[in-house]
Amino acid sequence: MSGDELLAQLESAAPGVATEGRVELGEPIVVVERDAAREFFRALRDRPELGFNFLIDVTAVDYLGRSPRFEVVYELFSLPHNHRLRVKIRLAEADPWVHSLADLWKSANWLEREVWDMFGIRFTGHPDLRRILMYEEFVGHPLRRDYPVGKRQPLTEERDPIARDWKF
Amino acid sequence: MVHADALPLDPAEEIMEIQMGPSHPATHGTIKFNLKLDGEEVVECDTEVGYLHRGFEKMIEQGTWTQAIPYTDRLNYVSPLINNVGYALAVERLCGIEVPERCQYIRVIMSEISRIADHLTCLGMGASEVGAMTVGFLTNESRELLWDIIEAVTGARVTVSYTRIGGVTRDFTPDTSDRIHAAFKNLRAILSDCDKLITRNRIFYDRMVGIGVLSQEDAISYGLTGPLLRASGVSYDVRKAQPYSGYEKFDFEVPVGSKGDNYDRFLVRFNEIDQSVRIVEQGLRDIPDGPVRIDDPRYVLPDKSDVYNSIEGLMNHFKLIMEGAKVPAGEVYQAVEGANGELGFYIVSDGSGRPYRCRVRPPCFLAMGALGQMLKGHMVADIIPTFGMINMIGGECDR
Repeated sequence: MSGDELLAQLESAAPGVATEGRVELGEPIVVVERDAAREFFRALRDRPELGFNFLIDVTAVDYLGRSPRFEVVYELFSLPHNHRLRVKIRLAEADPWVHSLADLWKSANWLEREVWDMFGIRFTGHPDLRRILMYEEFVGHPLRRDYPVGKRQPLTEERDPIARDWKF
Repeated sequence: MVHADALPLDPAEEIMEIQMGPSHPATHGTIKFNLKLDGEEVVECDTEVGYLHRGFEKMIEQGTWTQAIPYTDRLNYVSPLINNVGYALAVERLCGIEVPERCQYIRVIMSEISRIADHLTCLGMGASEVGAMTVGFLTNESRELLWDIIEAVTGARVTVSYTRIGGVTRDFTPDTSDRIHAAFKNLRAILSDCDKLITRNRIFYDRMVGIGVLSQEDAISYGLTGPLLRASGVSYDVRKAQPYSGYEKFDFEVPVGSKGDNYDRFLVRFNEIDQSVRIVEQGLRDIPDGPVRIDDPRYVLPDKSDVYNSIEGLMNHFKLIMEGAKVPAGEVYQAVEGANGELGFYIVSDGSGRPYRCRVRPPCFLAMGALGQMLKGHMVADIIPTFGMINMIGGECDR
């Protein structure tokens, strides 16, 4: 199925949800609103004619200086139909958050934690939104464009595993 | 100090918390498991990754498009060529470049040699972790044969940086084909020994069968790809599903398991080595003559004789090195079949000489996310072989 056909099918499956759709280098891309996203993803996963059973990747791009500033990018893959789709949600700079997809795809759990860690985008409804690649005491979100590449971090207290409340 | 009276009468009732790692002698990779144990049974395993985080994606944003290639080597030290190829393909799609056919063949051959090296590492380490040390030494020996070839072609064993936007750095040497055939002859003998040593070995079998089982639904939901997904019975291989770099011209099979346990993962990788050998042999048979780079001064460095003897060549060289090739604005997601699964490069260009954003979709990272589920209900001793069969490469998982 070509990208254009897939976009047409999406439009008939969820009319009006995608605010923007285009095919770039053969890859279909749609932009959806944050509030409509969860139902849209559920339809993508559950409708047999779409069949997007893989959430391949979740990431974000920081377009510093542009409004809205952030884009959360979901890369989906349908094994039965062998087609891919990229879904984007645009987020304003102040308090960026989206709904978590951790209950739809298990892969979303760690991928969303990484986006939170790197970009500071919160995923509401995520069961365990902790930093994953950086340590808990890290200040800031390193993949934001305004995070200086040579920035030093404050020294942190040594964590003492013995000091915690051990149960015996 | 806890007074003895405060201890429960039956210690078996208690859940014990243990931290395994981050530098545990039995895990090849820096990783920490926060375990909750009921006796020796794993109740819960919370995996902590990130100990090898170098800020790969941030670093790539600092340099030119070509300067990112050495960073991609460091993602996966056993199969750096596949990372090189994935990155180059992604950038080339943004630029609208089609590389010469000989270059495509070279990339396929080198990728498959890397894949064999990667699988050998996984199998050898996995086997020696459950006690079959000999197999570890044998696979390391055969991996060395392959790395010798890689060294002869690229100039380095591990940090190869072999691809460029629009081609590869250098052509095969005249004896490459003979060397590969000779190495494969030895490889086959060694693999046959390994097969006899462990595939039907009682101890190995008992340690691997039924351990770390992941159902098809779970494997898909966790976003697993590569040998782990195929061991669960899902036949998905990027080389077949969305062929790149001319893979559609090659005749090979995709080994698929059925149970999704460690033993199936082992067998899938073992059989994939045979298929990769087939691909390389077909590639060496059919490889056409011709250039290994495109001839396009916008992306490819001029010959050194031009740089030293003509002002145009010198300027071209200077601009490409200092400003970088101007990659047209846009975005692309290019997936390649890495040795551990789908390795994806999502690249955003703003039309300048530096990548605006480069995201790597690491197969190991998602597999590590599923480890807690795989280990539930198994013994502490099963953590190591299960972790071994995931073949986590820290550089790629943590980036």
